[in-house]
Parts: sequence; structure tokens; C-alpha cells
Amino acid sequence: MRLEPKPAPSLAVTLLFPLAAIATTLMLTSLLVLAAGASPLSVFYLVAKGAAGSQFALLETLTRATPLIFTGLAIAVAFRAKLWNIGAEAQLYIGGVVTVLLGTGALPLPSVILIPVIMVAVMAAGALLLLGPAVLKTRFGVDEVVTTLLLNFIVLLFVSMLLQGVLKDPMGLGWPQSQKVIAEAQLPRLIQGKRLHYGFVIALASAVLVWVVMKKTVLGYEMRAVGHNSEGARFVGILVNRTLMKTALLSGGLAALAGFSEVSGLKGNLTLDLSPGYGYTGIVVAMLAMLNPLGVIASAVFVAGIFVGADAMSRAAKVPSYIADVMVATSLLTMVVAILLTRFRIRWR
Amino acid sequence: MDALDILFTASFWVAAIRIASPLIFATMGELICERAGVLNLGIEGIMTAGAFAGWFTVYSGGDLWAGVLVAALVGAMFGLLHATLTVPLGLSQHVVGIGVTLLATSLTYFTYRLALPEVTSPPKIEPFQPLPIPGLSSIPVVGEALFTQTPLTYLAFVSVAAVAWILYRTPVGLAVRAAGENPSAVEAQGISVTGIRMGAVAVGSALMAVGGAFLTISAFNSFFFQMINGRGWICIALVVFGSWRPGKALIGAILFAAFDAYQVRLQQISGGIVPYQVFLMMPYALSILALILVARRATYPKALMIPYQKGER
Repeated sequence: MRLEPKPAPSLAVTLLFPLAAIATTLMLTSLLVLAAGASPLSVFYLVAKGAAGSQFALLETLTRATPLIFTGLAIAVAFRAKLWNIGAEAQLYIGGVVTVLLGTGALPLPSVILIPVIMVAVMAAGALLLLGPAVLKTRFGVDEVVTTLLLNFIVLLFVSMLLQGVLKDPMGLGWPQSQKVIAEAQLPRLIQGKRLHYGFVIALASAVLVWVVMKKTVLGYEMRAVGHNSEGARFVGILVNRTLMKTALLSGGLAALAGFSEVSGLKGNLTLDLSPGYGYTGIVVAMLAMLNPLGVIASAVFVAGIFVGADAMSRAAKVPSYIADVMVATSLLTMVVAILLTRFRIRWR
Repeated sequence: MDALDILFTASFWVAAIRIASPLIFATMGELICERAGVLNLGIEGIMTAGAFAGWFTVYSGGDLWAGVLVAALVGAMFGLLHATLTVPLGLSQHVVGIGVTLLATSLTYFTYRLALPEVTSPPKIEPFQPLPIPGLSSIPVVGEALFTQTPLTYLAFVSVAAVAWILYRTPVGLAVRAAGENPSAVEAQGISVTGIRMGAVAVGSALMAVGGAFLTISAFNSFFFQMINGRGWICIALVVFGSWRPGKALIGAILFAAFDAYQVRLQQISGGIVPYQVFLMMPYALSILALILVARRATYPKALMIPYQKGER
């Protein structure tokens, strides 16, 4: 068996590949639904209905998509430069910590100033957190996959320590949670009385901004060049290590915004269950979008829809909601195969 | 008890060897994969799947050794999935590895919920019991630490010897090492690099899964969500720390486990002045520190993470 390069397909065909990957995922996971003794068609119908069948469902999906857009962008940016940031989970939590540190009354400022100040501080904290592994990679050759993964555990323990210590809400009845952020630090709701908040708008704007950076700026060009062929990039005079540092700062900052948006827009305070693995799911979101920042919006909404829909489905049918995690993981694997098939033809002998 | 006295008690070293056992299995598994040229980031998920598969086999009435075998088979299956995507198809080992971890973990949780829908606290099984080796186990401290363990711990040590012997003393081992250093040389001998690498990843993943199963059927007696808790990632660090050599990796795993056992005891005698999370962070921080310390002299297998295509140079 060998792989033969083939000419790049047209945009229309390229867009078909994610759909083919999703179709394959549905077929594979329908085996699990059968194993659970349910009918795949009705289960997938219930998932779709739970994700987009009503105004409530749709708003819930967009709310769930918001942190995934941020972490998806963080991963898309990093993976484009082949910086393997698997630590978006930690960066997200640090974003939550900084939001709570500055947003619970430490800075008595009006909303229009306070929120931008918090956002800048949050991004700086997330950026610094990823800068460590990036420096270890470029200076010492320590694989960033392992360091970012291990940092996820360290940071989660650190947050747990803060929530039982200095950040503990005195009115929390012993529950490990922080105080609520003050009204000036809260992102308003998009629609009165619904959960969807302005974090979603910030996420959309970030996606557009990241798209501009990646496509239209020298930095974006350098990041793509480093990811494509770092030796070649070095040869044409790109400072590879410096580009990787900038990538790390951007990626860490974006992931931290997910934590800010969840605390400031949705939850109001920091708890240890702020993220059910948004940092890891962001990897799937980015891959489904083929690392395209605008595509991240669509894939985040899709992945969020699976989770929201599966929750609703599992209440109606007797299929565990973990089917959503299986679908998301399977779609990651089918997607990388689909991307391969856009560029290569498989020759059996 | 004094903080230093702990180091001279037999019970401390018995615990350290017990904590090391799953790490030894999984580190050997990862080492085999990497020596053949494949980074296997599926390790965390494969250990989770193995932990569940082993426990569930015993829970469903199987023999303890049947549990070990089923875990190994489940691990090998995920290994073959990983290898199919990364070896002949040459896909990114980072992305596929994370994907396999996500898939193995979520499939495990799905199966657990499907098999035990109404359970609130995880059911218990009768795990492996300690099997003192007559004579050897009565040697003070060292003998007690090494020879009053469960059969699965003895198997962990046997696996190190077996991996070392196969890698350095057999033609298969030579082919595995060459596949990770200079794959064209393997192909020139008429041996399939694809076959060697896929086999190595399958066998390595089986060992990782047995490492996971150790937790549920030897160290503890039930399965919890998130029970692997980063042990897989730590094993990847241990492989680097051990310079891709079975013996050194074994020493690394025992040192690490000793440290882990020590922090638990320090936690008890510190009397809550230092937050317990600081102690729990130490193993992860230590792994990062170990990576930094050895980074400069680390000599990676030269073809690690480089896909091989027949006829290409």
C-alpha cells in the first residue's frame, strides 16, 4: 500500500470531506446505539432535536459553543505552527482565576473599562502559562505535548487550592467555589432572560480577528511557514523560535478567554467544574475545521450541538450521554483520515 | 514519625513498589512503541480502557488472569487502531494519539454506564492478593518490599526483563530498534517496517492496558472514572527520563513511585499546614523537572514520529 500525492481539490470538494467524516462517524456510533438496544435513527433524531429543535435548544447549543470557539481557535493557531498545545484546559482555568481575582471588587471601575482590563489580564495570564512549555521546547527541546498535558493537572490542583483558600467564597457553605463577580464585571445576556451572553459575540469577533491574522499578516504567514516546514522557514530568514513564542502567546491567550467568558458571561463564579474538558474538545473542534479560524465557528456549534443534543436524548432514550464523547472522538479520527484523502490517493500495490 | 525515618520502613517501600507497578507496565509499553518510531499518546486512554476491561471481566465472573488477558487484548485493539492510522497512513502521531485517548476513554465510560446504569458507587471485586515468596520475603526491608507483592507486580518486573531481552538479544528486537532508528535499513533486509511498527504498537498498547488493569484488579478493587489521572502522561516522561532503555526506565519508575509514596506520608505528618494540593502537584511537577534535566542529553530514536513510506528516502 502506498500514498500518492494528488492535486488539491476544489473548495467545494474540500468542504465535502468534513461531511463524509461526520457521516462515517454516525455510521460507526450507530453500532453503539444498537448495542444499547435503541434505534440509531430515532436516537440521532432526538440528538438533532435536542440540539436545534427549538429556540431554547438552539440558544443552549450556541451557549455551549462559546467556550469551544475560544479553545478551538487556540488549538487551530497552535497546531498551524505545529506547536502542540494540549494545555488549553489549564489556560482556560487560569483565565477563570484572573477573572475572579480582578472581577470580584478589586477594581472599582465602570463596566466599559473593567471588562477590557480583565480580558487583557486574562489573555496575558493564559499566554504566560503556555510560554513556559514553549520556552522549554525551543531552549531545551522538551516535548511540549507532555509538559502542557502535565500542566493541566498541576493547574487544576492549583485552582482547587485557591478555591479552598484565598479565593474561597465565605458564604459558600464550605463548597469549593469563589465569590460571584460584581455586576460591572459581568458580560450581559444577549437576549433578556436567556443564557446566551456577549461572550458568544466576543468569540465570533475573535474568530474573524484570528482569521485576519492568519491570512493577511506577516505573523500569520510566518506561523504557517513554520508549521509547514520549519527548516525551510529558517532558510528563508524566519526566526522560527520567535514565531513559536508568538504563537504560544496568541494560543494561550485565546484559550484563557474561554475561562473568562464562562465565568463572566455564564456561571458568575469559578468552580472546579467550570470546564467539562473544553480544552481537550477544542482539539476536535480545530481539526474538524481543518484549522481554519472561521471554520472553527461552525465546528464548535456542531460539537456543542452533539453534547447538548445527547444530554436531551439520554433523558428520553436509554442511551448513556457519553455517546456524545464517543461521537466527538470518532469524528476527530475520521476527520484526519478525510483530510489525508484530500491530499493523497491510496494505491493498493 | 520523623520525615526521614519513613525512608527506612519496609511498609513505605512496599507501597512504592506497588505504586510503581502500573507505571512499569505502561512505561515498557510506551518504550516499545517509541523504540519502533511511534509516539503513542493513546496511552492515557488505553490505560483507562484496560483498567475497565480487566475489572469488568472479573466482575462478570471471570478469573483474575482472564481479566489481565482481556485488558491486554483491548489494549492491543486500540494499539492497532492507532498504528493503522499512524503507520501505513502516516497521520500525525500527536493528533491520532490524542484522538485514541479521547476515544478509548469515552468508549470506556459509555460501556460502564451501559453495563451498570443504576450504580452509584462502583462495585467491588476480589483483587489479586499478596503472594510472599518464601525465604526472599523475610530479608528485611528490601526483601519485604520486593517479595511480598501481588503476582501482577512480579509480572511487571518480568516484563522489564522480557522487553530488555527481546530488544537487545533477539532478531525481532533488532528489527524494532532499527525501525525506530533507520527504517530503510530494515526494509533493505526484506523486513516490513510497517509490520514491525504496527506489531510494536499493538504489543506496547497491550502492556499499557495491563498497567491500567493493575489499578483495578491488584492495587484497588473497583473502577472509577478518571482513575488513571495522568499516569499515562507521566509514563511518557519516564520513557524520556530512562533514555529509552528498559532498565533505566524501571529505575525511573521506582524512584518516581517512591517519591509519590513519600509525598502521601509527608502530607500526613505535615498536619495540614501546607495545602494537600501542593503534595498532589509534586508528581506532575517532578515529571516536568525530570524532562528538563535529561533534555540536553536525550537521544531520541532518530526516526521517532517520522512516518515511513516504502521506496521513499
